[in-house]
Amino acid sequence: MAPSVAHRRRERSILMPESPNAPAVSLRSVAITFGSKVGGYTAVQHIDLTASPGEFIAIVGPTGCGKSTLLNASAGLLRPSEGEVEIFGAPLHGLNGRAGYLFQQDALMPWKTALQNVAVALEPKGVSRKEAEAKARDWLRRVGLAAFVDRYPHMLSGGQRKRVALAQMLIRDPEILLMDEPFGPLDAQTRQIMGNLLLDLWAANRKAVLFVTHDLEEAIALADRVVVMSAGPEAGIIGEFAVPLSRPRDIAEVRLEPAFHHIHKEIWASLRTEVQKAYAQGEGASS
Amino acid sequence: MNRLKLILLQVAVGLGFLLLWHVLTAYPILAPTKQTQFFFSTPLDVLARVWKEFASGEIWRHLWITLVETILAFAFGAGGGILFGFLFARRELLAAVLDPYIKAANALPRVVLAPIFALWFGLGIWSKVALGFTLVFFIVFFNVYQGVREVSPVVLANARMLGMNERQLLRHVYWPAALTWMFSSLHTSVGFALVGAVVGEYLGSSAGLGYKIHEAESVFDVTGVFAGMVILSIFVILIDFVVTLIERRLLVWRPAPSTNGQG
Repeated sequence: MAPSVAHRRRERSILMPESPNAPAVSLRSVAITFGSKVGGYTAVQHIDLTASPGEFIAIVGPTGCGKSTLLNASAGLLRPSEGEVEIFGAPLHGLNGRAGYLFQQDALMPWKTALQNVAVALEPKGVSRKEAEAKARDWLRRVGLAAFVDRYPHMLSGGQRKRVALAQMLIRDPEILLMDEPFGPLDAQTRQIMGNLLLDLWAANRKAVLFVTHDLEEAIALADRVVVMSAGPEAGIIGEFAVPLSRPRDIAEVRLEPAFHHIHKEIWASLRTEVQKAYAQGEGASS
Repeated sequence: MNRLKLILLQVAVGLGFLLLWHVLTAYPILAPTKQTQFFFSTPLDVLARVWKEFASGEIWRHLWITLVETILAFAFGAGGGILFGFLFARRELLAAVLDPYIKAANALPRVVLAPIFALWFGLGIWSKVALGFTLVFFIVFFNVYQGVREVSPVVLANARMLGMNERQLLRHVYWPAALTWMFSSLHTSVGFALVGAVVGEYLGSSAGLGYKIHEAESVFDVTGVFAGMVILSIFVILIDFVVTLIERRLLVWRPAPSTNGQG
């Protein structure tokens, strides 16, 4: 159902920014430089990336390659130094109100209970407190925390806090989900459980997802498409791979399928050769 | 398990001290008892005096005055500290411009202000409230300022991504963060409010615990001075207990210190 993403939509209409076929997120020749333009640190450049509505995209790359920077640009937390960010065909100004963001670090308000943390997400939408709490209760039940609604974040485990954060993001029903290594700090088993939970919730209500991870296996198991980035600075996209695995998937079992091994091998080969190429160039330049 | 043992040890230290005091003043060990009793009084005399103060009802009026001054000094100081802490943390320019003046004002020993306040506000409770205010204000101000500036950037970014506007951020993020820091200094600031009140009374007033102590000192009534100090200590312990109760009630969300190191 996702349109081909191989070519970008060139003919975007200014009169009709909300065209139904517009990609949920579109990054066009985006570059992000920190500090001054001259002598600053360019984290990413020449980034062209499009996410269709309902498409699950995983972005992988070595640590420090600017994956999070791309998410922050899509969220509007960061303005690109060059290029454009478009959300459903409309240029992004300020924060991206149609996106939800799941952070790698703990982002819950420590002074609010799980229920209050989730319910407060509806306050900007003008939902009454009573209704918000009822919905928050329902969402906490969906992420398996029905018994923990009145706990404060420090009373919850890392995985439980991530569940609360997930409920907090999803209760607003955002059209785009931005996730920055959300399960990074968790142990391997909790990661699998959280991955399956995420896939279940996503399958029930498909949104465009940009999921950043440094774990290639996690990326393949979750995504429709895997985007590979080179090492920073001046990181770019060095490959995009469609994942030919059927859904619904089970994170643990899908890894045993031959197709999984095949695509893993393919992506890893690309990643490795590109990294080696970049490394060789670096060596040549320095000598 | 060790709670009983702890209390027993605490009581033992107190009794040991009283016993030592009693022995040294009741028997001519270091000096004739007449001399030691003039300089140090005796624990029994002091206790009798404390008892008399409470029994006669004379002390209640002074306690009440000191309590009112302490509460007012704390309320105004905390209110002002929160207001300006917020303002400075959210307005970089203001903070940068006024920084040297804030530092200078904070470096000033507050006692030198007491006569000025007495001149401005008279010898009633308001000059004492003003003195307590100058002590409490800076503690709360610096804590709130720090608290607002050091709000976790991730929590803030998350709240903004949830669509919160400036007012909602203030209510759900900045305000609780600032309150946390304020409450972490609650014991100190309440203590300082009391210090301001008592010192103010000591330097010039007609009522309050500080006045009682000063009055006794001016006639070399050592028993009276010590009795005043004992009453003051009891008062401080009671106030501190109330503060602890309030703190526990308001900071339920904070991890217990035992599970989070000495944070």
